[in-house]
Amino acid sequence: MRIVAVCGVGIGTSAILKVNAERALSRLGLTADVSASDLAGVADAAADAQVILTSTELAAAVRKAIGRSFAEIIEVQNYFDVDEIGTKLEESLG
Amino acid sequence: MTIPSLPDTAVVLGARVDDWRAAVREAGRALTRSGATREEYADRMIAVIEEFGAYVVIAPGLALAHARPGPDVRREGLAIVTLAEAVPFGHPHNDPVAVVVGLAVSNADEHVASVAKLANAFNDSGIVARVAAASSAAEVRSILGIDDEAGAGS
Repeated sequence: MRIVAVCGVGIGTSAILKVNAERALSRLGLTADVSASDLAGVADAAADAQVILTSTELAAAVRKAIGRSFAEIIEVQNYFDVDEIGTKLEESLG
Repeated sequence: MTIPSLPDTAVVLGARVDDWRAAVREAGRALTRSGATREEYADRMIAVIEEFGAYVVIAPGLALAHARPGPDVRREGLAIVTLAEAVPFGHPHNDPVAVVVGLAVSNADEHVASVAKLANAFNDSGIVARVAAASSAAEVRSILGIDDEAGAGS
């Protein structure tokens, strides 16, 4: 399974989201390849991804950027809330 | 794998600012004072928010101001600015912002490890309020688990 964490410039915030998504997956007993991407590269980065994690602020831009893709976009409010990320991943993957 | 150093020069406590741009500019000044960036980096951090919106407000009360690596980044750096009065950044859930973390990285690879450490520090849900209330740079370092001014060890 592939998950892409997306932010505007592909550093900082997306890296935090990647780290905490990995932590959430580990708690759920799931494994996935989680990568970080900037908005400009998300179409390529998410081409074979099942899930895209991003902020509410960027969701519309991500949706536009990926065009025809089957990846589900999950909006995360608090990037440090591993419970929130885990719950949303579980809903999406379960 | 280290959290970037957090010298006293990179910590501003109780800053009074009128708006989010001024708050980000304080973080830029702190990064410049500590030797991590040139002054222009502040403009680039502001430009990221102007272009993409307030997504940098990644938790209630906390903004992670940053921009891509560039020639205005001298070395990896971290700055912490707490605000006397929180200001809105325009985020739908996490406004207003009381703590601005400034981050500068000189290449995309080195930063993932250090940001992971930063993520560990902030995963404690009460930590933004504790940083916001800190009264010294040493206290901020202590709350974030940064050992000393030179940065945490491994």
